[in-house]
Amino acid sequence: MASPATARAPSISHLLKYKNGIHYDATGLTPLNSKATAAWKTQKRTTKFVAAVMAPPQPQQRSPASTGSVKHAMTMTEKILARAAEKSQVNPGENVWVKVDNLMTHDVCGPGTIGIFKKEFGSQAKVWDREKIVIIPDHYIFTSDERANRNVDIIRDFALEQNIKYFYDITDRSDFRANPDYKGVCHIALAQEGHCRPGEVLFGTDSHTCNAGAFGQFASGIGNTDAGFIMGTGKLLIKVPATLRFVMDGEMPHFLLAKDLILQIIGEITVSGGTYRAMEFSGSTVKSLTMEDRMTLCNMVVEAGGKNGVVAADQTTFDYLEGKTSSSFEALYSDEAARYLQEYRFDVSKLEPLVAKPHSPDNRALARECRHIKIDRVYIGSCTGGKTEDFMAAAKILISAGQKVKVPTFLVPATQKVWMDLYTLPVPGGNGKTCAQIFEEAGCDTPASPNCGACLGGPRDTYARMNVPQVCVSTTNRNFPGRMGHKEGQIYLASPYTAAASALTGFVTDPRDFL
Amino acid sequence: MILNNPATFLSINPSSFGKLSSTSFRMTTAAINAMKSLSVSTNLMHFPAKTSSKLALPQTQQISRQSLHKNVLNFHLSTPRNNRISTYSVPNPPRAVASQSYDALTEPNKKIFHGKCFVVDDNIDTDQIIPAEYLTLVPSKPDEYEKLGSYAMIGLNAKYGRFIEDDQIKTQYPIVIAGANFGCGSSREHAPVALGAAGVKAVVAEYYARIFFRNSVATGEIYPLESECRVCDECKTGDIVTVEIEGNKLINHTTGKEYVLKPIGDAGPVIDAGGIFEYARRTGMIAAPSS
Repeated sequence: MASPATARAPSISHLLKYKNGIHYDATGLTPLNSKATAAWKTQKRTTKFVAAVMAPPQPQQRSPASTGSVKHAMTMTEKILARAAEKSQVNPGENVWVKVDNLMTHDVCGPGTIGIFKKEFGSQAKVWDREKIVIIPDHYIFTSDERANRNVDIIRDFALEQNIKYFYDITDRSDFRANPDYKGVCHIALAQEGHCRPGEVLFGTDSHTCNAGAFGQFASGIGNTDAGFIMGTGKLLIKVPATLRFVMDGEMPHFLLAKDLILQIIGEITVSGGTYRAMEFSGSTVKSLTMEDRMTLCNMVVEAGGKNGVVAADQTTFDYLEGKTSSSFEALYSDEAARYLQEYRFDVSKLEPLVAKPHSPDNRALARECRHIKIDRVYIGSCTGGKTEDFMAAAKILISAGQKVKVPTFLVPATQKVWMDLYTLPVPGGNGKTCAQIFEEAGCDTPASPNCGACLGGPRDTYARMNVPQVCVSTTNRNFPGRMGHKEGQIYLASPYTAAASALTGFVTDPRDFL
Repeated sequence: MILNNPATFLSINPSSFGKLSSTSFRMTTAAINAMKSLSVSTNLMHFPAKTSSKLALPQTQQISRQSLHKNVLNFHLSTPRNNRISTYSVPNPPRAVASQSYDALTEPNKKIFHGKCFVVDDNIDTDQIIPAEYLTLVPSKPDEYEKLGSYAMIGLNAKYGRFIEDDQIKTQYPIVIAGANFGCGSSREHAPVALGAAGVKAVVAEYYARIFFRNSVATGEIYPLESECRVCDECKTGDIVTVEIEGNKLINHTTGKEYVLKPIGDAGPVIDAGGIFEYARRTGMIAAPSS
C-alpha cells in the first residue's frame, strides 16, 4: 500500500508507533502496511516481531468494595455483551456466555449449520426459539447449479419442520417477483424487515453480519458449528473485544459517500488492524449519516478484521425502525469515561474519493490518481453497495453527465424493496425520472434479480460473474484474487459515485469530474 | 474460543493407511509392506471408538512412524537398492521423532505432526482457500466433505505451486506455513474444513483472522498455531518439518532450524476432542444427542 502522504488523514500520525524502521499501528503490534512489512523482510532483522494476537491492555481491575463490586465505565459493545451475559460488568478479553437475540443463516451456510444441529442435538431436536432464527436464501439463487438449488430446498424443509417464523422463501426462480416472501441479500433484508434492533445480540453465518451494528447492536459473523450450537442452545461463548474508536467530524463533502469513509479507515489500519476489535464510529459526521450510510460503514468492518462495528442509536435509527418492528428494545450507549484501546480522529472535510486497488481492501489510493487505469466493467450491487441510496447516488452521477456509459455496467439491487425503489422513486434532480429510467438511458444493463450476485463470484452461470480476467470497478466489499470469479480479475472497490463516474469514462474516475 | 475448566483430553481412533502414507515419505515397497503390518497391529489395539474423527490419530501415528523408521532403516541395511542410502527425503530420522520413540507410548498427549510443509505468505483469504463456487458443497455431508477437501487452496496463485495434485483428493502437505492474517475474508467454515478434509493437520501462521481461528477450533479440523517470527520467510514448500503441539515447536529438518510456537492454550483440548461439541459433551457441558 504505497499511498502518497496526501492520502492519509492528517491527524493520525502521532497515534502511530515507530519501531526499528517500521510503522506499527497504534497498539504497536501490527506492521502498518505491506510496504513496511516488505522493508522489514529485506532488512533481515531477527526480530522482535510481535504478532497481533495478544490480549489488549486490560482496564485496571478493582477489587470489589465490601458492599459489592465496583463498576467502571464500559463501551457500548461491552455494555451490550454484559447485558446479554446477565452480568453487571465485563472487560475486554473476558470470555462470556451471551444469550442470542437473533441467529441468521442463508442458503450457503444454512445446510451445513442444519447438518451440525441435527447431528449434535439429534434428528428430532427442536431449535431453541422458532422466532429468533431468520433464514434468508440470497447467495446462489438464480442459477441452474443443482447443488445450489438443492441447498434452498434443504433450508425450506428445515424451516417447515421447525416452524421457523422468518423464512424468506423462493420457489419460482424464473421470476423473483412471483415469490412474495423472497427478500434478497440477507443483511439488507434483516434491516428492512425490522430484525435489527438497538442493544441486541445478532449472529449470522456470514462475515458481513457486522452490517447490523449500524443499529447500535452487537452483530458478528460466525461459522456453521457455532451457529449449530446457537440453534440448539440459544447461547454462544465469545470473547469481549476491546474497542477502537473512530471519531469523524466535519461536514461531509458532497462528492464523498460512506464507502469512502470506511475505505479510508481500512487503508489506515490495514486488513488486520481491527482483528478481535469492536469498531465504534462516532462524531458529528456519523450522526449526520442515514441508516444506509451507517450500514455501509459497519458492513466493511470485517475487511479490517473487526469483530463488530457499532454506531450509537439515535433519532435517525428510531425513525427508520418506525413501523418495521413491534418488538421493544433498549438502546445502550458508551459511557463518557469508557476506555478505548485506540482512538482515531478524522476531519472528513479534508477527505477525497478513494478506491481500494487490487488485491486487498486496504490497498487504498485516491481515485483521481488512478485515472489512467482502463476498466472493462462496472458492478453496482451487494450488501455494501446495492441499497436504494447507493443506486440513487449512481443515478445522480449519470444525470449530471447526461452521457452513456462506456463499459458494461451491471446493476444488482440487494432486495426486492430496493428493486421496487429503482422503478418507483424519483431521483432528486432527475426531473421526475426513476433510477431505472436513468440507468436505461445511460445504457446500463437492466437491474437484475436481487441477490448477492457476483460479489463473491458464485456458480459459473451467475449474472455478471467475471469469467475472464478483466478490470472491474465495484461497489462490493472484497477484492482478493478470484473474488468475483477469475483469479486474475482486477477489482477496484469504490463508492457508487466513483463507480458510476468510472462507467462513464471507461477509466477509474474521481466523481468530482461529474459533480 | 476458550471454555471453562479445560481438561487435557486425548481423542484417538485408528487412522487409515491411505491417510498415513500420503503424509509420510516416499517409501520402498518393502517399507510399505512393513507399514501395512503396522496398521494391522494398530487396529488390534483397543481404542475407544469416536463418532466423528477429525483428529488423525496422533498416538498410533507416532507409533507407526517410530516403527516405520526402524523398519525402513532396517530395510536399508538389509536390502540396499542401487547403493543409495535414503528412500525418503530425509537422510536421517527426524530428531524429534527418534528421541521420543518410546515416549510416544508413555506420553500419548504429545501430538506431533510430521511431513512436508506448504508455504504461503500474507493475507491468504478464504476465497483463495476455498473459492465461492465450491460453497454449494455442504460440509456436514460426508461425500461433499471429501469433495471440499479436494478443492482446498485451489484459489491460490500459481506461484505457490499445486497444493493437491490433479489426480488426488488429499494433499501431500500435512502442515501449512503462512504469514500474517491467514484465513481473512469470509466467515465460511468451509475454509478450515476444506484444509482438514484435504489432510492438513496444522497451520503455523504469524497470526490469524478471528473467524477463521474460531472456526478451526470449533470444528477441530486443524490446529491453528502461531509462530513467534515469520517462519514463512525461512521455509520452502516441500521442506520436511515436524510440529509439536505440546512442545510448542516447529522443526525444519531440511534447513535444520527450530522455531518456537505460541502455546495453543485452551483451544488445544477443544481441537483434541474433535471440536466444540465433542469437547462440551466430554466435559459434561451438554448431553449426548437424543437420537
